Amino acid sequence: MDMMKRTPIAEQDPKVRATNFDEVCLGYTEDEAVEEAGRCLNCKNPRCVGGCPVSINIPAFIQEVKNRNFEKAYEIISESSALPAVCGRVCPQESQCEGVCVRGIKGEAVAIGKLERFVADWARKNGIKPKAPETKNGHKVAVIGAGPSGLTCAGDLAKAGYDVTIFEALHKAGGVLVYGIPEFRLPKDEVVAKEVENVKGLGVKIDTDVIVGKSVTIDELMNEKGFEAVFIGSGAGLPRFMGIPGEQANGVFSANEYLTRNNLMKAYKDLDTPIHHGKKVVVVGGGNVAMDSARTALRLGAEVHIVYRRSMAELPARKEEVHHAEEEGIIFDLLQNPVEILTNEDGDVCGIKLIRMELGEPDASGRRRPVEIPGSEYDIDCDTVIMALGTSPNPLISSTTEGLETNKRGCIVSEDDFGATTKKGVYAGGDAVTGAATVILAMGAGKAAAKGIRKYFGEDVA
Amino acid sequence: MFEIVKKELLADKIYQMDVKAPNVTARCLPGQFVIVKDGEDGERIPLTICDYDREKEIITIVFQTVGASTEKMALLNEGDSFTDVVGPLGCPSLLCEEKNLEETKKKKIVFIAGGVGTAPVYPQVKWLKEHGISSTVIMGSRNKDLLFFTDKMAEVCDDLHITTDDGSFGFHGMGTDQLKALWDEGQRFDHCVAIGPMIMMKFVCKLTKELGIHTVVSMNPIMVDGTGMCGACRLIVGGEVKFACVDGPEFDGHLVDFDLAMKRARQYKTEEGRKKLEFEEGATHHGGCGQCS
Ligand SMILES: Cc1cc2nc3c(=O)[nH]c(=O)nc-3n(C[C@H](O)[C@H](O)[C@H](O)COP(=O)(O)OP(=O)(O)OC[C@H]3O[C@@H](n4cnc5c(N)ncnc54)[C@H](O)[C@@H]3O)c2cc1C
Ligand SMILES: Cc1cc2nc3c(=O)[nH]c(=O)nc-3n(C[C@H](O)[C@H](O)[C@H](O)COP(=O)(O)OP(=O)(O)OC[C@H]3O[C@@H](n4cnc5c(N)ncnc54)[C@H](O)[C@@H]3O)c2cc1C
Ligand code: SF4
Ligand code: SF4
Ligand code: FES
Repeated sequence: MDMMKRTPIAEQDPKVRATNFDEVCLGYTEDEAVEEAGRCLNCKNPRCVGGCPVSINIPAFIQEVKNRNFEKAYEIISESSALPAVCGRVCPQESQCEGVCVRGIKGEAVAIGKLERFVADWARKNGIKPKAPETKNGHKVAVIGAGPSGLTCAGDLAKAGYDVTIFEALHKAGGVLVYGIPEFRLPKDEVVAKEVENVKGLGVKIDTDVIVGKSVTIDELMNEKGFEAVFIGSGAGLPRFMGIPGEQANGVFSANEYLTRNNLMKAYKDLDTPIHHGKKVVVVGGGNVAMDSARTALRLGAEVHIVYRRSMAELPARKEEVHHAEEEGIIFDLLQNPVEILTNEDGDVCGIKLIRMELGEPDASGRRRPVEIPGSEYDIDCDTVIMALGTSPNPLISSTTEGLETNKRGCIVSEDDFGATTKKGVYAGGDAVTGAATVILAMGAGKAAAKGIRKYFGEDVA
Repeated sequence: MFEIVKKELLADKIYQMDVKAPNVTARCLPGQFVIVKDGEDGERIPLTICDYDREKEIITIVFQTVGASTEKMALLNEGDSFTDVVGPLGCPSLLCEEKNLEETKKKKIVFIAGGVGTAPVYPQVKWLKEHGISSTVIMGSRNKDLLFFTDKMAEVCDDLHITTDDGSFGFHGMGTDQLKALWDEGQRFDHCVAIGPMIMMKFVCKLTKELGIHTVVSMNPIMVDGTGMCGACRLIVGGEVKFACVDGPEFDGHLVDFDLAMKRARQYKTEEGRKKLEFEEGATHHGGCGQCS
């Protein structure tokens, strides 16, 4: 065995998986996981832990995997993370835990994410679940949104004995995990639903079909329904469009609409909710959302182009997703930007006008700013355009809650490290506070707010 | 689960259902809508709240079967339940908000309802009546057999005009013709609410623009989540992009780009057409033959 290299992991063949929605990565076997765990140096000062936003004790759980104590490994991870089967699959590990692993200096980093996923999957298959607390403290807390931040905050509070109810606007719990991230990256029934069940197993009630701000307001929850504290984990679901001509044409979708139809409403199974089956699809954007939209369209039978205004090096998506997308045959049209969507007389998309870009001086984010090359416009044919340009928080809650401040990007203002907002007893975290970010950061914020809420009730927590 | 406590066939293909929905009745107002879903994988169907009883926690919906999902809904009976009912969604009608009451009292209001549009008009007329404001209502349908709510409407409206396109009942002509006739008789209105098929609302707006009557329409574009998350329901109003589910569903009719909205409403026509055939004729018909798309 070459200790510099990772233990390979089984994946569906790109040609086969391009035609189905089954999970791409098949995960490690026990022996493979033990072998990969053997590559960890069990560092005295483990840099990997500092790279993990929720500080999982990585060397400790990996040592347990090495010794085949998978249940113990699961316990260690569970101390810090409520959704390990999810994070092991979707964390941008290359820029977090694995990005700083010492193994990565000379060779390949330890496959921390894949090991975490292995442990979580093993625990699920062997029926191991987090335990509900023996005693309740009688305090009622409302959590808004059943995404990663809400589920984590609710789970932590329930473990500490609180009586927690999650209010979720959609008909299913999971947030982006159910409506955004596709089945082939994150299986819904096997993984997400099971993690949600675990949270329920802790005694958390989940009330779906309730839109806070419409069905009930935060003030009503606190003044009339007996909730003493509230956590807002409502995400950043408002899609952005470019504002270019032709954007209202038939065949132009926000990534949210396209993915929601396919993932939440399972349009790919040809059930009741329809989806537009394009032949040639252009996806605009370069993040995870763009990759997910592109790979979904590909699986629905289209030729797919990703149009991104910077170059390959600046793609914000996870490396693994970009790699998988390329393997599956997604075409990357880099350093280009749409200026107009072309339509036929029926109002359907028939093409897109692009302009070529070049990279100029670095901008505020440190990335080189793309600038248009004058006169370089050209048209390509397509029948579908998916806009994956990012999202911002929905104003529904902030506009109906007295005394809850937001910043100019519409994000809820949180004043300390524990998610406290400008309104007493109301905490917030995840995408609703930061704008679109990552699952693990949302989870971390949910954990921090659970601590904040426990302090608010006078508990002595670190 | 959301139980159907009453079901009634109102007219050809038009059904009323009273549904238990405590999450909706606490705060709903006229002009708002719900999304209902039947079964784990059912489509999310937006429907206007036509009436509500806060005490009994019951809402009334009225729907017309137009595609596979509404067709399936019509098979549900009293005692059955919807898997999901979510709401109230959208903004309440500005006419029916307490804070605008003094302003509203000064207005001479005419409602024009087309087809199932009668259902969403009803709670507004009723709300106004309860607040001491009487309004004129023109309700139209293609023929006599499609009329419904005529008695209910008469109870809350002192000036009711019924029209049919074919003259089988009431005024022979369309809602616009009736409005024109009233105007020519010398009646004057300064506020119009038009709810019905988009094409009807478009023509009402054309007329009221000429007559100088401020007009509000209730838009019913294709929706998915109904919470502002997907953008499927986007419209152009006054040159700006608006999401009907959160910014509407009511808009200034003179500013709505109806031609675009009608094009967008056709979006899933072929996909949905196939679904409907499949539903009606079973697995033999998937639209693959090329004869029926
Ligand atoms: C397509 C896609 C792919 C992604 N891929 C990755 C990835 O690979 N790795 C990664 O780390 N991150 C990824 N992300 C980002 C990640 O999913 C989010 O950062 C994360 O889900 C945020 O969690 P959250 O709990 O803050 O909000 P969300 O997951 O958005 O959950 C918010 C929940 O609140 C509900 N809600 C909203 N308003 C209300 C209301 N008024 N009342 C009641 N409920 C309400 C919503 O319906 C939703 O269920 C991706 C995002 C998308 C869209
Ligand atoms: C805010 C809002 C409120 C609504 N309120 C009501 C209501 O109170 N009662 C009601 O019956 N419907 C109402 N609708 C319309 C209703 O949601 C649709 O009729 C329904 O979704 C059609 O579903 P389907 O799958 O059966 O038909 P689909 O197969 O989706 O539609 C079949 C065809 O009918 C067309 N169509 C869709 N909606 C309408 C419509 N309203 N009138 C005429 N043709 C239409 C579609 O463009 C399509 O071509 C409302 C829609 C919105 C957005
Ligand atoms: S949660 Fe994410 S960052 Fe932390 S160890 Fe797991 S994969 Fe790495
Ligand atoms: S930095 Fe790498 S090698 Fe060191 S403990 Fe962490 S995972 Fe193991
Ligand atoms: S229905 Fe999705 S944004 Fe309006």
